[in-house]
Amino acid sequence: MATTEGNYYVPEQSKLPLLASIGMFVTVFGASSWMSGIVSSPLVFFVSLFIFVAVLLQPPRKVTIAAGVVLFLLVSAGSDALSSVLVGPLVFGVGGLMFAATIWSWFSIVISENIAGLNSPQLKRSYVWGMGWFIFSEVMFFAAFFGALFYVRTLALPWLAGEGDGVHNPLLWPGFEAHWPLMETPDMAASGDAAEVRGPDQAMSLSQAGSLFTWLPFWNTLILLSSSVTVHFAHSALLKGERKPFNVWLGATIVLAVVFLFLQAYEYYEAYALMGLTLQSGIYGSTFFMLTGFHGAHVLLGTIMLLVMWLRSVLKGHFKKDDHFGFEATSWYWHFVDVVWVILFLAVYIFG
Amino acid sequence: MAHGPAKGISRWLFTTNHKDIGSMYLWFSFAMFLVGGLFALVVRAELFEPGMQIVDPNFFNQMTTMHGLIMVFGAIMPAFVGLANWMLPMMIGAPDMALPRMNNWSFWILPFAFFMLLSTLFMEGGGPNFGWTFYAPLSTTFAPPSVTFFIFSVHIMGISSIMGAINIIATILNMRAPGMTLMKMPLFVWTWLITAYLLIAVMPVLAGVVTMMLMDIHFGTSFFDAAGGGDPVLFQHIFWFFGHPEVYIMILPAFGIVSAIIPTFARKPLFGYSSMVYATASIAFLSFIVWAHHMFTVGMPIAGELFFMYATMLIAVPTGVKVFNWVATMFKGAMTFETPMLFAIGFVVLFTIGGLSGLMLAIAPADFQYHDTYFVVAHFHYVLVPGALFSIIAAVYYWLPKWSGRMYSEILGKTHFWVAFVGLNLTFFPMHFAGLAGMPRRIPDYHMMFANWNMISSVGAFLFAGAQLLFLYIIVTTIIKGRKATDRVWENSEGLEWTVPSPAPYHTFSTPPEVK
Amino acid sequence: MLMKAKRLTALLLAPVVLMMSHQALAEEGGRWSYNMPEGVTPVSQTIYGLHMQMFWWCVAIAVVVFGIMFYSMIRHRKSRGVKPANFHESTTLEIIWTAIPLVILIIMAIPATKGLIQIYDAEEAELDIMVTGYQWRWRYDYLDDDVSFFSNLSTPREQIQGLEPKGPHYLLEVDEPLVIPVDTKVRFLLTAADVIHSWWVPDLGVKKDTIPGFINESWALVTEPGTYRGQCAELCGRDHGFMPIVVEVLPKEEYEEWLAAKREEAEAIRALTEQTFTFDELYDRGRDVYNRWCVACHQGDGQGVPGTFPGLIGGISVGPVEGHLDVVVNGVRGTTMQAFGSQLSEVDIAAVITYERNAWGNNMGDMVQPIDVFNFKQDN
Repeated sequence: MATTEGNYYVPEQSKLPLLASIGMFVTVFGASSWMSGIVSSPLVFFVSLFIFVAVLLQPPRKVTIAAGVVLFLLVSAGSDALSSVLVGPLVFGVGGLMFAATIWSWFSIVISENIAGLNSPQLKRSYVWGMGWFIFSEVMFFAAFFGALFYVRTLALPWLAGEGDGVHNPLLWPGFEAHWPLMETPDMAASGDAAEVRGPDQAMSLSQAGSLFTWLPFWNTLILLSSSVTVHFAHSALLKGERKPFNVWLGATIVLAVVFLFLQAYEYYEAYALMGLTLQSGIYGSTFFMLTGFHGAHVLLGTIMLLVMWLRSVLKGHFKKDDHFGFEATSWYWHFVDVVWVILFLAVYIFG
Repeated sequence: MAHGPAKGISRWLFTTNHKDIGSMYLWFSFAMFLVGGLFALVVRAELFEPGMQIVDPNFFNQMTTMHGLIMVFGAIMPAFVGLANWMLPMMIGAPDMALPRMNNWSFWILPFAFFMLLSTLFMEGGGPNFGWTFYAPLSTTFAPPSVTFFIFSVHIMGISSIMGAINIIATILNMRAPGMTLMKMPLFVWTWLITAYLLIAVMPVLAGVVTMMLMDIHFGTSFFDAAGGGDPVLFQHIFWFFGHPEVYIMILPAFGIVSAIIPTFARKPLFGYSSMVYATASIAFLSFIVWAHHMFTVGMPIAGELFFMYATMLIAVPTGVKVFNWVATMFKGAMTFETPMLFAIGFVVLFTIGGLSGLMLAIAPADFQYHDTYFVVAHFHYVLVPGALFSIIAAVYYWLPKWSGRMYSEILGKTHFWVAFVGLNLTFFPMHFAGLAGMPRRIPDYHMMFANWNMISSVGAFLFAGAQLLFLYIIVTTIIKGRKATDRVWENSEGLEWTVPSPAPYHTFSTPPEVK
Repeated sequence: MLMKAKRLTALLLAPVVLMMSHQALAEEGGRWSYNMPEGVTPVSQTIYGLHMQMFWWCVAIAVVVFGIMFYSMIRHRKSRGVKPANFHESTTLEIIWTAIPLVILIIMAIPATKGLIQIYDAEEAELDIMVTGYQWRWRYDYLDDDVSFFSNLSTPREQIQGLEPKGPHYLLEVDEPLVIPVDTKVRFLLTAADVIHSWWVPDLGVKKDTIPGFINESWALVTEPGTYRGQCAELCGRDHGFMPIVVEVLPKEEYEEWLAAKREEAEAIRALTEQTFTFDELYDRGRDVYNRWCVACHQGDGQGVPGTFPGLIGGISVGPVEGHLDVVVNGVRGTTMQAFGSQLSEVDIAAVITYERNAWGNNMGDMVQPIDVFNFKQDN
């Protein structure tokens, strides 16, 4: 697909990459010290913050150096006091804000460049490639978790129960039987009431539901599938240049997405409060929550993306018949989330 | 259209220029290479003779772990990305990478990620001490608390790699000059295209497995705990599903580099271009179905052992094709042996040795004796040091005149090669013997029957390290005061990058060149 | 220093000397071991054969490839004034050098497959031994004979720290070796209590990972009595390098005698639980137990390793006895402190606690009797 266009577009220098990196770093650094309970040196946080602000404002060099030295001395002096205030969640939150703000302005800049007509068809194709392969990387992320589910169900559990090459394992887990959903963990089979890793009281799968129509995941599937259809209608409307139907269909998609998220949250509430099904409920709980949880997180992200697209269209009149990749990328992402759900619905709920 | 480089530090911090970013990647990877090398020297110093002399076993484990992590993720991979940044746009006739801002983002994540990883060494309980392969449950239930920092630094390194790979794919598929069809692309471009696909396919899997670790550690899930129905071996399957393609990520671009250098100095076109492309693609495909050959001793069913053994042996075929093609390129050429060529030939010879020991390791029954011994350590250092690393060094000597406009000193370059060559063989060849004689890897102390081999290895390691300091000196002096290089640089150099002045202009091609 | 320098020079010259005389090899003893042992089981011999066969194939391939390569490097150099040829493609050649390696691979795969099938056939074993990896020791349970014991590294710390000359089996010696009869198919059931270890004895041709929660299977039929040594082959934490394996292979009658003695010994230890000991007896026994079981983490001076392994001076050692018993018997979940209740006998637990409460200036003056431990275990 070699191009025949004339000049290429190369953007000016940009502060965004460095700011985004600092934001990302502070976020994960905060998350790590939050989870691990390791109190990190306040210096790390303040130096990051300082670079962030200095890059953002670019004060004269002398001011920067002076401020840097003062900050360094102050933080070093108050290190102990600061480290009791600067707990992980706080660092995590500040980093998250830095990151989110950077990404926000990044997208704003890209959008305004496009509106200003700076983006060549070639660059637009690069965005298309970029989004496509980003979605592929997401597919592989889910593949790891689906792979884990498959491995556990078809190999690890039967082995633990003494099948095939696991013939001696009953010495360790007497009485354990491989069933899915796994209600009785090997630990429970071996140590009874003393078991530390316990299975759920009730599982979420179809086999344990009363009927299809009172079964939440069924409705969730319907909702998510129809949202894929509505977003497609929105796209068709846009391709015909019809603004109003586009807004309506996109709005409908968002409503469906929010309902899905709400029902998913309700399902989690039921799992924790009524069904004794938690992250700690053995491998069933682990795989159930990791798969549905990461899917849910992606739905949330997709919903935010859809919402932004809707607001751009409604408030700013963005997107043209022949130039709307922001929306198109979002709709791809939405279809991807939908496809993952279908697989998940089959693997986790129907045959789960 | 952006203009020349900005002044001062902001040129580097805010750059969107592929050459600047490429340089930063290369310098960063060199810094990491020295840090990782330092850790290796701690290991080799402790292993100089039997007995515990220098470090505590726990710190020893941190050193082996960090050495591996830093060299793989901090030195080799970023160095290849740096070369890709510098060379891909020039080779395909583009002004820059497809997504220049994201390009800089991919880079700037790395210093932070490695700062975070290295900072764990100073935390309570020490840094990661569970090996670079971090097998659960040693890396989960039994890990030091700093493991969480390790997990998140792997996450953001992965994000960096994925963005870098997406950028490379978009560049290659979308930015080629008119007439630059796929089958006209230099092999370095081809190998990087395939590498980028591997990266996108497996880095998310690594992210997935470290996420499972995180959940097992902090949220009570049972992925790697049999008591809850999980399996520690599950970790290994997922890790090596990432890990095996990962080792090809570290060697495929090297194939591309060597395929550029050998024809230049043999004054003869590369033999079997298209078979090279197909061989690369086959290796990449096979890399997805051989992962469990790292796990022959975990107690897989025999069907699994046989499948992974056969699939692994098959890799020898396309790899062999590559070596034969390089030899055929040299055959009846008119060779000269400048520094890049020396490193390239060193690559072919020593990589082949590493490949042959790999073939021995593929034989599952024999692997029951080789597995987790120094024989394995010797094998993968033979493919990574004279493999990946030599190709990177060769690339630097080969293209440095184009980058800096200055020529390095051939005498110093050759000295660097010979010292490095002797050093690395002294270091890694005896490891074959120590391993076969029964020395397990990752032990801080050993029986006297392994003493002589280890002493030779340690001496070689320090020699090799010295050679790399010479390398640093050569690069710095070349950039500062090397004599002017011509545009063509080498007598028989082929490719778009040699058609532009030396040093290459800040934006190489503002209008696409015509490729015939 | 001078000694080292001398040895180093000798060492660098050694390969040359080595090539000149096989005598040197013999004199240097095991210092130059360079190949896989042929071993003493059918499996280890199969593996050795495969290994050598593979090795010679690789040598042959290398000779051909490097031969052509070096030939052209010498003959086809510009300095000899050669003109480069221009050929760069030959489908025939590509097919040939795809096909020949394939054939070689098939030739290699056949014996490899046979070997694998042989190794995987653990049927009809006459003796089952459960091998359990612990951080950092091995436990052996003779499943049909009610005999069970731990096997710890017995190399003194002084040798490791270089304060004493190293013995001939430095780091490859244990307090209680695994004992098996000769000419008997012994099946090993391998598992682990904490992290993954790997049980490896080169002479037996057995290397199998021990996975916590799973039991792997392997087997050996040793044809020659003798002592065979190996090591843990999977990184398992701090003392991964310090948990060797020693297998003693005895003629069948001697094995039976050993088994009987072992059973009596177990009886005797059980009897000790009933007995009351003096402080000194407990303290001395406790020091031995400590040096075998606890010293790796908590260190000889009881200081521990800051941030990783807690020290035993003050703290728990001067707290209530019940708390001390609880930690030693039940371990501390989520840490490397194991539950020693199932690993040590009552008398050893009593002794080591008594020792810890009175060593390194703890001077509590109290002691714990085996029966206290027994009662504690009953209650908890």
